[in-house]
Amino acid sequence: MDSLFGKTGIIFKRELMAYFSTPLAYVFIVIFLVMNGIFTFDLGGFFIRGQADLQPFFNFHPWLYLFMIPALAMGLWSDERKTGTIELLMTLPIKLRDAVLGKFLAAWVLSGVALLLTFPIWITVNYLGNPDNGVILAAYIGSWLMAGGFLAIGSCMSAMTRNAVIAFILTVAICFAFVASGSAIVLNAFSGWAPEFLTNAIASLSFLTHFDAISKGVLDIRDMLFFAAVIGAWLMASAIVIEIKKAN
Amino acid sequence: MIEISHVTRKFEHFTAVDDLSFSVSEGEVLGFLGPNGAGKSTTMKIITGFLAPTSGTVTIDGHDIRTDPLAAKQLIGYLPEGAPSYPDMTVLGFLEFIAQIRGYSGTEMQQRVEKVLNDVDLSSVCEQTIDTLSKGFKRRVGLAQAILHDPKVLILDEPTDGLDPNQKHQVRQLIRNLAKDKIVIVSTHILEEVSAVCTRAIIIANGRIVADGTPNELEAQAPVTDAADMPTAPGRLEAFFRSVTAQEA
Repeated sequence: MDSLFGKTGIIFKRELMAYFSTPLAYVFIVIFLVMNGIFTFDLGGFFIRGQADLQPFFNFHPWLYLFMIPALAMGLWSDERKTGTIELLMTLPIKLRDAVLGKFLAAWVLSGVALLLTFPIWITVNYLGNPDNGVILAAYIGSWLMAGGFLAIGSCMSAMTRNAVIAFILTVAICFAFVASGSAIVLNAFSGWAPEFLTNAIASLSFLTHFDAISKGVLDIRDMLFFAAVIGAWLMASAIVIEIKKAN
Repeated sequence: MIEISHVTRKFEHFTAVDDLSFSVSEGEVLGFLGPNGAGKSTTMKIITGFLAPTSGTVTIDGHDIRTDPLAAKQLIGYLPEGAPSYPDMTVLGFLEFIAQIRGYSGTEMQQRVEKVLNDVDLSSVCEQTIDTLSKGFKRRVGLAQAILHDPKVLILDEPTDGLDPNQKHQVRQLIRNLAKDKIVIVSTHILEEVSAVCTRAIIIANGRIVADGTPNELEAQAPVTDAADMPTAPGRLEAFFRSVTAQEA
């Protein structure tokens, strides 16, 4: 693997092992699964709806990610700066890109593992009825892409500060803006007076708008490109922030 | 050969390094001295490519640290101030990580790691996580990662800070053994260290070089009155250090 992915792969492996060498990975996965259960069965009315799909499960993901993912991302760079290891890392013969990408991928894979471990709910719905598994697969992919978007924002916010808690709060705030900009409350507030293109532009920036489309089984290339662009842009921003801030 | 040419680094409110130029060749062990805040660490951060200079260039064996950073960084082993390392990793895991980044794999990696564990006497704690280690062991972990790839250029920022006398002796012994055919730059506050391991010393104050010579030459320039009080070599060096930096700091 190391030769295949080079230095990015080495950083990735170290970061992933670091998640699992502390309780962080386990706490994250367990809380993620518990919260998913509560949201889906209790608030989402999985049984009461009487429909064989996972809509109540996926509908809550943007809101669940809103406070779970920042916890995963907050230490990515702030801890490096706090402990001074950033000086070690940045003087090793690697490119900044390797470090940014390796760290991001490790967090993304961890969130993917947590997501995969929700499989009992998929088994449940298949036991109870005949859901469209293509839609479910699309929604899983969409959910993971959205998690990547949140994580890339978190990576950049983590690079802003040496304090992980501040990074957490900043990430929640920015992610909230990206989620809420597609919600009815925000859009109604604009649609009364603002030109339509502005309302549309705000809606099109929203994670909700794009995730809703994917989670209904419409695996549109534009929605996937949206998340890829969000991830790319925020990771590039991370690299720039690290360059500027690393010495402080 | 390391060449530092007209390097200046400005921060918002002050100039940490001010038009610094010097070069170090193979076989030299350069002691980098100066009061706190003189610009020692900043200079080392610039040489190792962590910080970009505001102006000026640094070349390591012909590789410019800004335009050809990977080749230059491959030649350097660096112990940053405070010997930072990942606290949740085991010593072995950490050194294997560094070895992989340095391009080693398989049995070659294992041999490298094993050799360096012996060199700095870490074998007994290699399965422990780094945050459970004492300060002396942590410092040695930092040294181990710096010398793992047998680098041509070794840059050590206060390698003996916070160590007990035995550990200091050990680290100096290690530096002396490593120094052959290498370029070593050591920053320190301990002047006896300079007399013990360095072939050359540079004293900087306010980001500028105020003295450059062999420890013997610098000792010889000590003010006569002070030298009489402190007849030992480090004592004379200390007297000289104070005479060139006191008014500036």
